[in-house]
Amino acid sequence: MTTYLEKHSWGSWLLTRDHKRIGILYLYVILFFFVIASVAAGLMRLELLTPAGDLVTSDTYNKLFTLHGVLMVWFFLVPSIPAVLGNFLLPLMIGARDVAFPKLNLTSWYIFVAGGLCALWALLHGGVDTGWTFYTPYSSTYANTHVIVMAAAIFVAGFSSIVTGLNFMVTIHTMRAPGMGWFRLPLFVWSLYATSLIMVLATPVLAITLALLVVERLWGVGIFDPHLGGDPVLFQHLFWFYSHPAVYIMILPGMGVISELITCFARKKIFGYNFIAFSSMAIAMLGFLVWGHHMFVSSQSIYAGMVFSLLSFLVSIPSAIKVFNWTATLYKGSIVFQTPMLYALGFIGLFTIGGMTGLILASLGVDVHVHDTYFVVAHFHYIMVGGMVLAFLGGLHYWWPKITGRMYPELMGKLAAVLGFVGFNFTFFPQFIMGYMGMPRRYHAYPPEFQVFHVLSTAGASILACGYLLPMGYFIWSLRYGRKATANPWDATGLEWQTPSPPPTDNFNAQPVVTTGPYEYDAEEAERRAKIGLLPQTPGGAS
Amino acid sequence: MNQWVAHQFNSSAQQREAVTLGMWIFLATEVLFFGGLFAAYTVYRHNFPEQFHEASHHLDIVLGAVNTGVLLVSSFFMAMAVWSIQAGRRKLVVLNLVMTVLLAIAFLGIKGFEYHHKFVEHLVPGSGFHYDGDWPGRAEMFFWLYFVMTGLHAIHVIIGIVVISVMAGLVWSGRIGRENDAAVELTGLYWHFVDIVWVFLFPLLYLAGARG
Repeated sequence: MTTYLEKHSWGSWLLTRDHKRIGILYLYVILFFFVIASVAAGLMRLELLTPAGDLVTSDTYNKLFTLHGVLMVWFFLVPSIPAVLGNFLLPLMIGARDVAFPKLNLTSWYIFVAGGLCALWALLHGGVDTGWTFYTPYSSTYANTHVIVMAAAIFVAGFSSIVTGLNFMVTIHTMRAPGMGWFRLPLFVWSLYATSLIMVLATPVLAITLALLVVERLWGVGIFDPHLGGDPVLFQHLFWFYSHPAVYIMILPGMGVISELITCFARKKIFGYNFIAFSSMAIAMLGFLVWGHHMFVSSQSIYAGMVFSLLSFLVSIPSAIKVFNWTATLYKGSIVFQTPMLYALGFIGLFTIGGMTGLILASLGVDVHVHDTYFVVAHFHYIMVGGMVLAFLGGLHYWWPKITGRMYPELMGKLAAVLGFVGFNFTFFPQFIMGYMGMPRRYHAYPPEFQVFHVLSTAGASILACGYLLPMGYFIWSLRYGRKATANPWDATGLEWQTPSPPPTDNFNAQPVVTTGPYEYDAEEAERRAKIGLLPQTPGGAS
Repeated sequence: MNQWVAHQFNSSAQQREAVTLGMWIFLATEVLFFGGLFAAYTVYRHNFPEQFHEASHHLDIVLGAVNTGVLLVSSFFMAMAVWSIQAGRRKLVVLNLVMTVLLAIAFLGIKGFEYHHKFVEHLVPGSGFHYDGDWPGRAEMFFWLYFVMTGLHAIHVIIGIVVISVMAGLVWSGRIGRENDAAVELTGLYWHFVDIVWVFLFPLLYLAGARG
């Protein structure tokens, strides 16, 4: 029997229509950009070791944080879980041979690469200094850097995410195996559906906004130009109409991964399946109604501010529902502390901190105080890194045996998970404190009283870097030397574990038929216990 | 299973459901894409109602109305093409598609004539812009919106012309027929969308200053 990894030629990879291979192609590209963007972050942290701006000039610093933001958001986080794990797993999880539109799927990768090349061109020719938000009129009139090319890069990459979202939505609607009803879908699939909805409905608005920015720079089209009565704040409205929902593109898939990990390693059916599924949809919907909370100090009316503040608070309800359900799943579970579980537990804690500080920022009065400070930086890094990156790493460890057919070294995995968690907190917790004390973001020099926090943060960043480098090392090592993986190394439920590791090209040797829900761990666990000679537990007891 | 069903699908019904849903989702993204521009228009129309009213007088309502008619009739031919392919009448499909394309080209021709007219009257925004009213800056904004919105629409018309021509060729050569008519139907959906966008653009731009 041939696996999907059988063929080795370049052509078999670059012209593949196999969703599994396309997921891996995405993995290579996003890792490439992750490394560049991390180096930019590292340089910024080094600069901030001392209060004086002595390592890089302020101009270079502006370019570094722009580069870091643009690459991390559009070329790493947005495609990370959806395009890599989502592409690989979605058809497997719903029992399909492939996504609905395989050629379109490959096209989306090429579009993404084209966008990436534009971004690289802008980087190599001197970079961009507008910040990842491209606020007008600075970006449209005053900046002397490669704004047009960078905006084009994001415009192009945006279409790749639109196409991926479209493909996923159609796949989930039409490609489910017999018996795979909507409420038998794994929660990861629900989160991908919610994510796709945002990708499809929000990204076009970003595309037109960036297009207007580009034509304004090229030909002076005055949509955002005050000379013609244009309003630069309109740019902020349009930009955040995409970019706030985009924040949920960068966390919902992570939540989906965590739902899978928690239930598997607690050996227990997930608590409140329907609530978790619908809370994903609720976050996607509410996410479209809160963009104004980025503009509390941008001349928005107080009335609008109050409404946006209230709506932003509402987002915390579905988010909290998820956290409570994960915690309740752990309760009386037979928890196994494998590497993916360590990442999942880390996620719950860090996401909670990130979410709670989001409430602080959504409060009108407090936001005026902490707006554009390190408090904001710390808040969204708790969600983006503490949430999404940990979930991505956790998911990568969990499905690594399925993807490659090899096990990663468990002890090293645990070490990396702990290093990442500790390093992350050292990096970003001090930023809450200094932000609250008034340290503004985007400055390369600062008053000396903030130095101790910056030193802590930079030291933490170096630990965090080890937490990233270690998995990169042992993942590559495991490709050759890792223990061979069985079809279902975690005794997990779910269709993807019922096919060999790595799966055959058509995913399943026979069309799967689904007869149960996705998380029948109680039955699975009873079977496992019986196998190793433990007595079956009494009904109603902890299992 | 017949030759028209791609390997990832189990049946032609499943394939048809998938491609149709895909097209509708694509059209939803298009609505949002144009939506950004419509939002900008709404904001500035609200901020400068009189200036937009006045600037709108410089657009030719007759040509705009004729173009609306041209596009609506082209949509009729497109709908006829979809009907004919389902009825299996190959030559009629090609005839209808060709008529659609010809009317689309006529639309672009009239549009080009209007653009030329604006150029001659110095109403194309930029360094050559000249406007005698009280608020040349606001009028320039109106014309920017006019050119960007109708320009983006024209790009969609051009894409439509290419796609419909390709469809006509494929139907003519027999590679698309009654068994795999989805492509023609989806092209029809796209073309009607392009038509509907214009149905919104015409009143917003041309009729904004109409007396009534």
